[in-house]
Amino acid sequence: MACDVAPPDAIAAVGCWIQANAGVNLTILHDPFDRSRFISGIGMTIWLSVVSLFFSLIIGVVGAWAQGSDYKWIRWLINGFIVVFRNTPPLVQIFFFYFGVSNLLPAVEDDVGMRQPLLTNVQWAIFSLSLFAGAFNIEIFRSGIEAVPNSTKEAASALGYTRLGTYLHVVLPLAIRVCLPALNNNLVNLLKTTSLAYAIAVPELLYASKNIWTDAQNVPTMMVVLLLTYVALVGVLVWAMNSWERSMAIPGFGQGRGR
Amino acid sequence: MATAAATTAPSWTPDQPMVCVKDVRKSFGAFEVLKGVSMDVAKGETICIIGPSGSGKSTLIRCINALVDIDGGSIKVEGQEVNDPKLDKLKLRRKVGMVFQQYNLFPHKTALQNVMMAPINVLKEDKAKVEDRARKLIAKVRLTGKENNYPGELSGGQQQRVAIARSLAMRPDIMLFDEVTAALDPETVKEVLFTIRELAEEGMTCILVTHEMKFARDVADHIYFTDKGVIVEHAPPAEFFENPRDERTKTFLGQIL
Ligand SMILES: Nc1ncnc2c1ncn2[C@@H]1O[C@H](COP(=O)(O)OP(=O)(O)OP(=O)(O)O)[C@@H](O)[C@H]1O
Ligand SMILES: [Mg+2]
Repeated sequence: MACDVAPPDAIAAVGCWIQANAGVNLTILHDPFDRSRFISGIGMTIWLSVVSLFFSLIIGVVGAWAQGSDYKWIRWLINGFIVVFRNTPPLVQIFFFYFGVSNLLPAVEDDVGMRQPLLTNVQWAIFSLSLFAGAFNIEIFRSGIEAVPNSTKEAASALGYTRLGTYLHVVLPLAIRVCLPALNNNLVNLLKTTSLAYAIAVPELLYASKNIWTDAQNVPTMMVVLLLTYVALVGVLVWAMNSWERSMAIPGFGQGRGR
Repeated sequence: MATAAATTAPSWTPDQPMVCVKDVRKSFGAFEVLKGVSMDVAKGETICIIGPSGSGKSTLIRCINALVDIDGGSIKVEGQEVNDPKLDKLKLRRKVGMVFQQYNLFPHKTALQNVMMAPINVLKEDKAKVEDRARKLIAKVRLTGKENNYPGELSGGQQQRVAIARSLAMRPDIMLFDEVTAALDPETVKEVLFTIRELAEEGMTCILVTHEMKFARDVADHIYFTDKGVIVEHAPPAEFFENPRDERTKTFLGQIL
């Protein structure tokens, strides 16, 4: 046990003190290996969330725009995509890509001549999560776009804006403000869903915690830590989204006006 | 102006009608809104279109900047056929400004930004120059001091004047006004009409749909009266108001005056 020797730093000292006085074994504080596993687990969860969030927003913005396309087949394609990703469990999606699609793709040879899959499990997780959240984002953005009055779009047309110009400069900025609460929910959901990457051995927060509790035999303690860590991570995301929402508030807009 | 020259038919000269509407027909489904409407607007002229609700006034002026496609007939703006499927509608709209009844400002932009947006995004003009011009336009519509207010913080009349400035920022050759004072209370109507009158006096070609008979009488060079999709009669204001010929005109004027 790490606490048999002198703790290397203040955090470890706190961990050992807690263990001695409360009988709670927080190895993530006083065991350097567990601590680094746990921290990189948090780091991986944040990485998965931020990158998937970024791509899912791009998918949402582009998809919602394409949904207004004049071409029927484009609209069908987008709607098909939404139906598939909304009506299947995200874990099944991750498995589908990691075990299904990945096998169909050619492998690449690395420097030492080993055959490696085209995408790593982390990349597949990001890919899959982005599509999952992106499908919902398309629908969310669409509801925002539909809330922008036709007359406002018409004013942009009358000024010579193209359809894309109207979308980028007028529709999207207004739509985002309308759909921020729904977007907020979906992004929180995305952060929580990153824990499914556990199933394809991505060393994110849940995976790291499970390894730690298996080795240290402190399942209940780590369970509580895990829950609290997710609460904190989601709290930070919600706080960030709320500040964004506040910074985008327009005086005199959004109180049932603008029909 | 380079942008105007690009869409002006080579044969067009300023002594020809700037807007030439001939026999225009338009139906929404089975309902024929315009049943062969014709009108000519010379450069610098101010035209008022009046008529009962639903007679097709809005539809007519929305055809002029191709917001509505016509089913038959022809509309020429500076000699350029609007009904031509090959026409670059966006180029046309850059020289035909339009102001709407409901202002339709962009609510997420300040008054100044509303005026600056299109020249920057659409004409790709230099931002500093556009800002300079936009501030002058804001001053012209007598809203100095309101540059940084959002539309939601402005009164209806103020919003409408920002909308006029926003259209003018594109340096249009023609301005279309669709009942721009209909949503305003009587006090603010005056401010907006003042701005339009000034524009007309400066020589802007204006086509107005309005219910303000006194204003039409003062400002218009020519009045068109529409009913049920046709132009019943048209004349200079003095003649139109003193000696209306058609029964429908007389009835309408009797109700409204
Ligand atoms: N996009 C549309 N689709 C279907 N019908 C339309 C459309 N636009 C206008 N109409 C119909 O065409 C008729 C004429 O409409 P328009 O708006 O041109 O009348 P108006 O003379 O401007 O009336 P008002 O004084 O009330 O504004 C109306 O009966 C209207 O319902
Ligand atoms: Mg109308």
